[in-house]
Amino acid sequence: MLWSLTLITAIAGGLLGYTNQLTEEPIAKAEKASREKAIQQVLPAYDNSPIDEQLTYTVHNEFGETETTIYPAKKDGKLAGAAVECSNNTGYGGEIRIIVGFEADGTIKDYQVLKHQETPGLGAKMGDWFRTDKNKQSIIGKSPAETNFHVTKDSGDIDAITAATITSRAFLGAVRTAYTAYTESMKGGEDHE
Amino acid sequence: MNKTKILLNGLIKENPTFVLLLGMCPTLGTTTSAMGGLGMGLSTLFVLICSNVVISMVKNIIPDKVRIPAFIVIIATFVTILQLCMQAYVPELYATLGLFIPLIVVNCILLGRAEAFAAKHTPFESFFDGLGIGLGFTVALTLLGSVREFLGTGHIFGLSIYPEEYGSLIFILAPGAFIALGFLIAIIHTFKTR
Amino acid sequence: MLTYISIFITAIFVNNIVLSQFLGICPFLGVSKRIDSALGMGAAVTFVMTISTIVTYLLQSYLLMPLGLNYMQTIVFILVIAALVQLLEIIMKKIAPALYQALGVFLPLITTNCTILGVALIVIQKNMTLLEATVYAISTALGFTLALVIFAGMREQMSLSRIPKAMQGTPIALITAGLLAMAFMGFSGIKIG
Repeated sequence: MLWSLTLITAIAGGLLGYTNQLTEEPIAKAEKASREKAIQQVLPAYDNSPIDEQLTYTVHNEFGETETTIYPAKKDGKLAGAAVECSNNTGYGGEIRIIVGFEADGTIKDYQVLKHQETPGLGAKMGDWFRTDKNKQSIIGKSPAETNFHVTKDSGDIDAITAATITSRAFLGAVRTAYTAYTESMKGGEDHE
Repeated sequence: MNKTKILLNGLIKENPTFVLLLGMCPTLGTTTSAMGGLGMGLSTLFVLICSNVVISMVKNIIPDKVRIPAFIVIIATFVTILQLCMQAYVPELYATLGLFIPLIVVNCILLGRAEAFAAKHTPFESFFDGLGIGLGFTVALTLLGSVREFLGTGHIFGLSIYPEEYGSLIFILAPGAFIALGFLIAIIHTFKTR
Repeated sequence: MLTYISIFITAIFVNNIVLSQFLGICPFLGVSKRIDSALGMGAAVTFVMTISTIVTYLLQSYLLMPLGLNYMQTIVFILVIAALVQLLEIIMKKIAPALYQALGVFLPLITTNCTILGVALIVIQKNMTLLEATVYAISTALGFTLALVIFAGMREQMSLSRIPKAMQGTPIALITAGLLAMAFMGFSGIKIG
């Protein structure tokens, strides 16, 4: 009785091992492609390979320790900006993972949401909301150095997504973390040169 | 039984969502948009056909006592294959459906059809049963997804029908799922009893 | 400590497994005609969910992960849950026949209750620690029981009222569940810690 179940499980295991082998490469490729696309979209013009020059930096701020990945963009050997990938765990559905592109002076070039579990139709709108040029929604072209990157409800300068304040707070928190990572790490980086 | 009859049985007479009320979790959880419903329906359709065919082929060599665990292993195998393939080729759809893909394993439709149909019929018939029930499920989920997306955001399959500001957001949120499905079933009841 | 209280409150009220995450709808609609059976089902689920989450968590971290067998996750988890339910049934019958009398009928239904497998997968996905996972499992199960008992209470009342013919049975139950979900939305935004 048990042998037949064991046999079935063994066959299933073998079959899955084989499928896993077949799909391992395409899965890794798909992940890499989506990350590359996001980096390319948020960065200013560059002629280096940001992925090969990536570095990690740990930010300490109000959210505790956050591990960030920085993809520096260089043009003619000079730093043109960077894309910072980081996450924030205070979203409505937990983790929000974004990638933010900064110009050399720290203004935001563009951003992409990589991963989230926010409510569809509410928090999930963050992918478009913060780039729409309407009222005080957009964060594009602004710099956390000059603009207060908090929602207006918390006396900041950015309009929260309608009915999704928690998501907006978490999103802006992630942007602030990314900005800290960018400024602090680039300062450190320049010192070495 | 001829194959058209088996096919129509699953699609209409024993529609898993509207008539048998099986697989309610993905029905409510993935239908925030028409696309989500369609994706979930097709994923289930794939697993259902594969598991139905394989189970009807091996039904005679599985001892009766371990029948259920054996069926579950077969279903889980196909679910994992689907999971891996989706991650590789349609990562975005996989991300939206999320947890509900591995949870196809515990969808009562699959084990239900294995027990009620595949364990008693030929692989050929089981294929059509899987196709019929799977399509019935897909149609139901796409319909529910379209209704919710239309009422909630004014879109269907992402196409704008009316401005988003006039949509009532509640249909995208959890309560709207229950309410929309409740009314859809009530409408179908009315037509059936007439 | 605050983290655990936060997990507890969030899992029961804010992200109720049935009313906002849509898991365990089948028993929610099926075993909710009377309050006492709803309580029995809830107790059985709490019992199984806590034990199965701990077991699958340990299997994942000490067997599947080190061996690189992540693709066997679904199969292993569902088999473990099925075996556990069987085992519990046998042990209960021997040791606590009174408890078996009360919960026994619900046990076979639990294997295909998607909350059990769902929670086992969620705690892995969210990288919880073993203690967090245990707290999460218990609170989720309590949230399930709460939703089930409230709903059963509503349906007991409803059976006394006159309902339009087309709405009888499932449709009115679903719409009632929708109203209950709406009430639970009132908890959203609660954040502790």
